[in-house]
Amino acid sequence: MSPTIPLSWYLVFAAALFCLGLFGMLARKNMVAILMGVELMLNAVNINLIAFWRYLYAPDLTGWAFVAIVFTAAAAETAVGLALIISIYRRRKIVVAEEANTLKG
Amino acid sequence: MAAILTWLIPLPPLLAFLFIALLTYRDKGLSHWLALIGAGLAWLASMVVFVMAITTQGLNQSPFALAIAWLPMPTTPLTIGVLVDPLTAITLFFVAWTVMMIFIYSVGYHDYGYPEGDNNKPGLPPRGMLARIGRGAREKMPTIEPLYSRFFAFISLFAFGMFTLVVSDNLLTLYIGWEIMGLCSYLLIGFWYAKPAARDAAVKAFITTRLADMFMLIGLVALYSVTGTLNFRDILANPTVLGKLASTTSPILGLSWAGFIGLLLFAGTIGKSAQFPLHVWLPDAMEGPTPVSAMIHAATMVSAGVYLVIRFFPLISAGWTPGGAPTIPMAVMGFIGAFTALFAATIALTQNDIKKVLAYSTISQLGYMVAALGVGAFAAAAFHLFTHAFFKALLFLGSGSVIHGMEHGVLHTEEEIDAQDMFNMGGLRHKMPVTFWTFLAGGLALSGFPLITAGFWSKDAILGGAYGGGYLAVFIALALAALLTAFYTARQITLTFLGEPRTHAAEHAHESRRVMTIPLIVLAVFAVGVGWAGIPATFPGLGGLIPNWFGDFLNSMLPAGAAAETASLVPLFTSLVVSLGGLLLGWAVYRQYAAGKKDPLQSLGGVYTLLKNKYYVDEFYNWAFVKPAYWIAETFTYKWIDKLIIDGILNAIGRFGLWLGRILRTWFDLPVINGIGDGIAGGTRRLGADLKPVQSGRIQQYMLVTMLVVVVVGIIFYIFLVLV
Repeated sequence: MSPTIPLSWYLVFAAALFCLGLFGMLARKNMVAILMGVELMLNAVNINLIAFWRYLYAPDLTGWAFVAIVFTAAAAETAVGLALIISIYRRRKIVVAEEANTLKG
Repeated sequence: MAAILTWLIPLPPLLAFLFIALLTYRDKGLSHWLALIGAGLAWLASMVVFVMAITTQGLNQSPFALAIAWLPMPTTPLTIGVLVDPLTAITLFFVAWTVMMIFIYSVGYHDYGYPEGDNNKPGLPPRGMLARIGRGAREKMPTIEPLYSRFFAFISLFAFGMFTLVVSDNLLTLYIGWEIMGLCSYLLIGFWYAKPAARDAAVKAFITTRLADMFMLIGLVALYSVTGTLNFRDILANPTVLGKLASTTSPILGLSWAGFIGLLLFAGTIGKSAQFPLHVWLPDAMEGPTPVSAMIHAATMVSAGVYLVIRFFPLISAGWTPGGAPTIPMAVMGFIGAFTALFAATIALTQNDIKKVLAYSTISQLGYMVAALGVGAFAAAAFHLFTHAFFKALLFLGSGSVIHGMEHGVLHTEEEIDAQDMFNMGGLRHKMPVTFWTFLAGGLALSGFPLITAGFWSKDAILGGAYGGGYLAVFIALALAALLTAFYTARQITLTFLGEPRTHAAEHAHESRRVMTIPLIVLAVFAVGVGWAGIPATFPGLGGLIPNWFGDFLNSMLPAGAAAETASLVPLFTSLVVSLGGLLLGWAVYRQYAAGKKDPLQSLGGVYTLLKNKYYVDEFYNWAFVKPAYWIAETFTYKWIDKLIIDGILNAIGRFGLWLGRILRTWFDLPVINGIGDGIAGGTRRLGADLKPVQSGRIQQYMLVTMLVVVVVGIIFYIFLVLV
């Protein structure tokens, strides 16, 4: 039976989540908080993808495969990011993103 | 056959020169052998050709000739070759004999066989040395000339030049031989080049003869341009050509072409045969070694000038018949010849150096030959040339022998005297008998001692020609010159050989080596005997007994026939009086001369000073020509034009170039070009520095920028892809 919640509600919800994540990524000082923002953006994208799959391509599993890949990529990327942050902290004892600016010109 | 042999005559001396100069320079003995073999082969070939020539009937009609085409020309090629006619034959005879004798003499003159010497410098005459002879004794002896091979190389080249001149059949190769001899004359007069006097004399000889040669060359060119050929037979044995030359007028002074060309060719002779006014080089040329003086200035080179005018006598006398008025070149030659003969004879009276007397004597005798041609006595001029070569070479070689003896005396006694001054000699007839007798033979020949000397016959022929042609002024001048000749010859012989030695050096003199005296003897035989070939038919007593072989042989060359020999006894009588009288007078004045007294001629006072200083001709030339030439060279062209004007212009151009360069550098190079380069580099650096803060290293800033760019690009895409 077709769901009764319109697609647009999911899309708006995903967009809102995305913007929240974007704001967090751009405005937070702590590196881990930035990663959390990134995580939020990726999950918002996942919601978007699943909403489109459910409503438009239901029996076909192609959309599911896409989502699975995005999940996996997000997880791997978070792991790597955290490893980098730990490495920076061990080296320079900082956690504020702005202070990691040795690659400046 | 004879012609081919004639082509080969000049070759051995040329090869000798080349081999000595290039290969055998270090070996003195080998060098002189090469030179002697060269001269000997040339002598042999000349004698063969001479004998063939005199045994040929009608030689002048069909002379030995062989020519090759040499220079391609538009119409006919210019040919060069050899020609043996009577004049060539007799010239070959005396040139070959005198050259051979002088070469042999030179071996002894330059002291071959003596040691090398420890303080001889090349370019100076060799000095004696204290040499070791066996068993520890030391003796002063002469040393060999250090530049011995060079001498033989040069005289071989000289012999080549002379033979070329004699055998050639055209004026061009004659001129080539002429100039080769001029070069060798320069090289040989300046043989002892470290002596300033020798260097100056060489330059003087070369420049004086070169001046004359310039005129001769103009004559050669004029002849070629008018007749189209330079071949002797084509011009001189061809009455048509001669007639055309005598009748057409040249653009110069209204002379006929024959007269003009004749004068120009005679100008060459004035220089080469040392006639007035270009006689000044010959006395100075005595700076060279005596064999050089003998060869160049007695027997061969100065004879070349007379040979030229004798050869060109048909041209010079074109339009003249015996007994008629002389042509202009003949008149000029008669005047200059007679004047020179008298002029030089007066100067010779006062000279003290034994070689200078002979030098002026040569000038005087050459004047005789030129005057003889001027009065038309063709055979007489050639005859005198022939006999003069022998006795003058003999006299010069004899004087060289005397000088050698005196220098030997100077070496032993170490007196500081001039070995060539006759007033330091005396009594040498006992010390040097062979030299004395041969010198006496030569001196008597020069004075024209009757009957037994060759000079008598040739001089008598000239006087006869002058008198018979009616040229009384020339006759008187030549007779006076003959008187003075006999006087100064007797003076020379008396002072040198007779009496008692006046210095210690003269007491110590001794006879020269055989290699020097044998040539003297040979030449003396010729000086005595060769005149008997030319006894004129009108001579009282002997005339007609022996035919006048010489006169007939040469007169066959004249197209118009020779002047008839005068039957008058006046010239004969005059020549007897002047020669015997002059000899007696000279002997009488000087026989009592003792050492330390002054020359009896000095009683002539001012005249003596004038003659001793050679009429101040050299001083005049120095003032009139040499000093202005130096002024032009040193002041006018060097200081003013060269340094002031030309260098000034060049320096100004240089300074201008430097100024222009500085301006361009300061105002264009540095600001503009450097500015552009520096500007680009500096600008780029500034741009980079200005863009550097963009890369702050802060990640969130990068992400902010990324988001902004994505939004902007999205808007652009939306506008252009959706709305359009």
